[in-house]
Amino acid sequence: MKKSVFLGALTVAGLAAGAAAAGTLDDVKARGKLNCGVTTGLVGFAAPDANGNWEGFDVGMCRAVAAAVLGDPAAVEFVPTTGKTRFTALASGEIDMLARNTTWTFSRDVDLKFEFVGINYYDGQGFMVPKELGVSSAKELDGATVCIQTGTTTELNLADFFRSNNISYEPVPVETNAESQQQYLSGACDVYTTDASGLAATRASFEAPADHVVLPEIISKEPLGPLVRHGDNEWGDVVRWTLNALIAAEELGITSANIAELGAGTNNPEINRMLGTEGTLGEMLGLEADWAKKAIMAGGNYGELFETNIGEATPIALSRGLNAQWTNGGLLYAPPFR
Amino acid sequence: MTTLTDPPKESFRLSMLIYDTRYRSMTIQVIAMIGFLVLFGWLISNTAQNLQALGKEPSFRFLSEPAGYDINQRLIDYNSQATHLRAAFVGILNTLLVAVLGCITATVLGVIIGVLRLSKNWLVSRLMSVYVEMFRNVPVLLWIVLIMAILIETLPAPRAFRGAEPEATMKLFDTVAVTNRGVYVPEPLFSNSLGNISFFGEHSLRFDISLDLLAFLAALILGLFIRSKINARANALQESTGDRPRTWHLNLAAIVVPTGLVLFALGFHLGYPELKGFNFKGGTHMRNSLIALWLALSLYTAAFIAEIVRAGILAISKGQTEAASALGLRPNRTMSLVILPQALRVIIPPLISNYLNLTKNSSLAIAVGYMDLTGTLMGVTMNQTGRELETVLTGMAIYLAISLLISMAMNWYNNSVKLVER
Amino acid sequence: MSDVSFVRTEMLPQQSPPASSVGFVGWMRENLFSGVANSILTVVSGVFIIYTLWFIIGWAWSPTWNAQSLNECRAILHDLGREGHWAGACWGVINDRWEQLLFGFYPNGTEAGVADMRWRPILAFVLLGFALAPVLYAEKVPAKMIYLTMAYPFIMPWLLWGGSIWGPIMVAAGFVIGYIGYRVLSQLAGSLIALILSVVLAVAWWLFAAGGIAGMLADLTPALGLEPVESRKFGGFMLSITIGVVAIGLSLPIGIVLALGRQSDLLIVKSLCVGFIEFIRGVPLITLLFVASTLLNIFMPPGTDFDIIMRVFIMVTLFASAYMAEVIRGGLAALPKGQYEGADSLGLNYWQAQRLIIMPQALKISIPGIVSTFIGVFKDTTLVSVIGLFDPLNLTNAIRADSDWNGIVWELYGFIALLFFVFCYGMSRYSMYLERKLRTDHH
Repeated sequence: MKKSVFLGALTVAGLAAGAAAAGTLDDVKARGKLNCGVTTGLVGFAAPDANGNWEGFDVGMCRAVAAAVLGDPAAVEFVPTTGKTRFTALASGEIDMLARNTTWTFSRDVDLKFEFVGINYYDGQGFMVPKELGVSSAKELDGATVCIQTGTTTELNLADFFRSNNISYEPVPVETNAESQQQYLSGACDVYTTDASGLAATRASFEAPADHVVLPEIISKEPLGPLVRHGDNEWGDVVRWTLNALIAAEELGITSANIAELGAGTNNPEINRMLGTEGTLGEMLGLEADWAKKAIMAGGNYGELFETNIGEATPIALSRGLNAQWTNGGLLYAPPFR
Repeated sequence: MTTLTDPPKESFRLSMLIYDTRYRSMTIQVIAMIGFLVLFGWLISNTAQNLQALGKEPSFRFLSEPAGYDINQRLIDYNSQATHLRAAFVGILNTLLVAVLGCITATVLGVIIGVLRLSKNWLVSRLMSVYVEMFRNVPVLLWIVLIMAILIETLPAPRAFRGAEPEATMKLFDTVAVTNRGVYVPEPLFSNSLGNISFFGEHSLRFDISLDLLAFLAALILGLFIRSKINARANALQESTGDRPRTWHLNLAAIVVPTGLVLFALGFHLGYPELKGFNFKGGTHMRNSLIALWLALSLYTAAFIAEIVRAGILAISKGQTEAASALGLRPNRTMSLVILPQALRVIIPPLISNYLNLTKNSSLAIAVGYMDLTGTLMGVTMNQTGRELETVLTGMAIYLAISLLISMAMNWYNNSVKLVER
Repeated sequence: MSDVSFVRTEMLPQQSPPASSVGFVGWMRENLFSGVANSILTVVSGVFIIYTLWFIIGWAWSPTWNAQSLNECRAILHDLGREGHWAGACWGVINDRWEQLLFGFYPNGTEAGVADMRWRPILAFVLLGFALAPVLYAEKVPAKMIYLTMAYPFIMPWLLWGGSIWGPIMVAAGFVIGYIGYRVLSQLAGSLIALILSVVLAVAWWLFAAGGIAGMLADLTPALGLEPVESRKFGGFMLSITIGVVAIGLSLPIGIVLALGRQSDLLIVKSLCVGFIEFIRGVPLITLLFVASTLLNIFMPPGTDFDIIMRVFIMVTLFASAYMAEVIRGGLAALPKGQYEGADSLGLNYWQAQRLIIMPQALKISIPGIVSTFIGVFKDTTLVSVIGLFDPLNLTNAIRADSDWNGIVWELYGFIALLFFVFCYGMSRYSMYLERKLRTDHH
């Protein structure tokens, strides 16, 4: 490992050629690190702090997978990707999984040859406008200037929405959330559109959040989730069931506080199966028996991850909404661990 | 007495390929060619293997599929249902637009600043040095985002124009609106418009040319032609009699009358921008992204051009200036009639490479959301279709073609003004 | 006629010139107010300068160095009675993040179990100064320093990336083996065959032997190594400088070969070189970076995985070598023809002439051009932000994604612009000094 870092740095192509064709799971185990693609910076979802430690909701997903596979939530190499580079990074094997608010769409799944392992955030595209404009519906936005992040599905949704409602608009494409925020606040665009979670996060950071409203229309479905390469089903299963474990843990009441106690064995067979005191679920995945326990201990269950990074106690203050458990009227519904 | 004999006839040996200078160069070239072909073939076979593994066959079919996204800045008609090819075409035109605008302003600014740097006025020449150093030593990408930020943050938003006592008002007798969305200037309108002629029918590369513009240009060219005739006559008269007739009023009339007549016949009037709803309507909207990019590229390149101009002027010997003042030319006429024309020959070759740099730097447009070729074909299209190989290679080929065309044109011009040595 | 005739018999003492034409006043009249137009220009630029400085200083003078977030800055300024958009700068963000802007994510000791390693890039860049000294200030430093220069290409990667010391030593050994092979073989066979064989020998050493031997030695002496740091941790100005230095260092030999190829009489070699140079110079760097970020892995054999920074190094090096080739071609063209003829008359062959006569002189003339190429490449490293690398410019986005600093603009851009200015201005001054010196040297 050590020498490959150095020689890779110095010498020609052939040297750095790694072992190809092995499964991603084996690669990750051999490497001892998970390469996880994240955004270059989005409040609440992924951003490096002053010491370079990554924090956020998507980051939590990466850490959980690393904990499940390698037993160490810190064994993650975060690879910042842009809207442009994310898919090639995944396709070329530079990253093992992508956790970067990526919308699950037909063409990405089928044509671009990726596999979305699940949905970790149900989002939808919304509009934010300053209150003083007096707009109460997106259909009143005829002729408005709209700030939009390029390289996302929101760009296509926006074109479709205005076209189908037969109203005109002027798109202002921007690269990052920080820039669109700047343009929106200074009035260079009337409307800012992106995923509703992003709107809430952006609005929360304003000097006077009350001066801005998010319009009621949600014009698209944006199921965001982690994805892996097509065709490596073992690895896809690992990431899928790590996500499911986090969701199921919340449903079953497993938290990072009580997991040590529950891990010793309980009366609930499903908890036991999940935490590895009963059955051989871990073995089937090719992981240790306590993989789910480690994944949950990394940052807590789904609910805890949500609350610490984007929940109501944080500056971003997102409510659970669609992302509540199905038992609470949301859409989160993990298949049974059996 | 020596007899000249033919060198002994050698039979060809294999080692001669290396030791005999007659064959050695052949050997080296063949080796180089083989090496190149092997490298090229290796890259292509790798690519083929990798693409097969990814399940993506290289194909340009995506170009004829609907793009699905909107582009705000466009010189030709386009909507989200148009094809990716058309989006790329819009991008190319935008690249060319900002490159041409940038080259013009950079040259004008560069010449002014280069001359002012040599000014005797201490404060002015210092100020210009500071300008040159400031722009040359900070990355152009930083300037682009910085100027964009300045435009957005310091100019008033359209909503500031609203209300009974607006915070901002329109400039120049209410004809120009300067906002942080861009500048709205009056647009030329024709009430008896001749319409457009279209090329390429319904194809993705179709474009229209305004007949009004063509008529105006024709009138202008006619005027220039008449003017050159008038001047030629005046010259001939001056040659024969020594007196030059006054021609400026004729010259003026030759330009103004035909163009004025055409404009009048077409019913020329200006359309002024007006605040309606969210935005200003009417007028020509020069978007912020275009202005920021244009300004940043021209200010940045102007700093380099200023240095070239200064070096060019300094390269002209002082005797020329002294001879000019001995002839009684005033300093500014010395500059424009004697120094600059000579300095031009030194200036043009490095100027060409700066034009090329500016054109290439225009690809940084994505930093401010100006949809040039990098923003459309190599940006959104690449993103939405996942065709990295096709889009990036096509984009590079287009940039290469633009660069080669510019350098060909400028080299041709350079050769035509070059001093013919005898 | 009259007696009042007056003839001065002695010289008048020299008078000082009128007060209005000497000293400060005279200087002002001469340089600032020598005519109406000039006076107007002076007043206008004076007002402009004062206004700008007044505005900038008023904004920058802001006691917010210790603020922990943008809201805290706003509160501090509010307490001072300063309101509005231009109330004052929020320097807390620089205080909080300047280390990150300089070093990116290079281990700084906050991560558990990983020491503060930022001394390594610092040492590497300080050593760079020493390594360049024999080239840049040839007459002022001891000649022995040239050994440091030769060793530096192996020291720098070791310091930055870490790993066992045997790696770089084994790579360096490849060069030694190639050189010795060339000396021995050129006795036995012709120089061209010797050259080709020794290159093959060295490449074979790197491909098959170096890795294994280095690994073995590293296992024997585990103490002789530095903690490895992955290139993903590089960021900020350190990344910009590293890309610039690596690209220029590697592009120098490639550029020399390309320049010689372009000048050569061999048609195929020449057209290959011209084609490469014109291709690279004809496309924007950003498209090459797109190739690095999206295509380079597709061009390589299946399974190869360079990380993104390596790929950027490769593409920026190719980019720089095309420009370098043009600079060196200029140097070659500036050499008087007599030098070539002199070398020929001494009976030197092509490579001997290049090595002993032509290149030393051509490279010396090219140094100012090389320095400006370096400045250009260094500035262009900001483009890597477009493909998601954390250069200083992209770090501003990451910093603004922190909810504490969301909304900061000018402080970060200003800080970055200032640092770039200091670097580039210093280097361009040096290059001008060198140009002046070279001009006098030639007389």
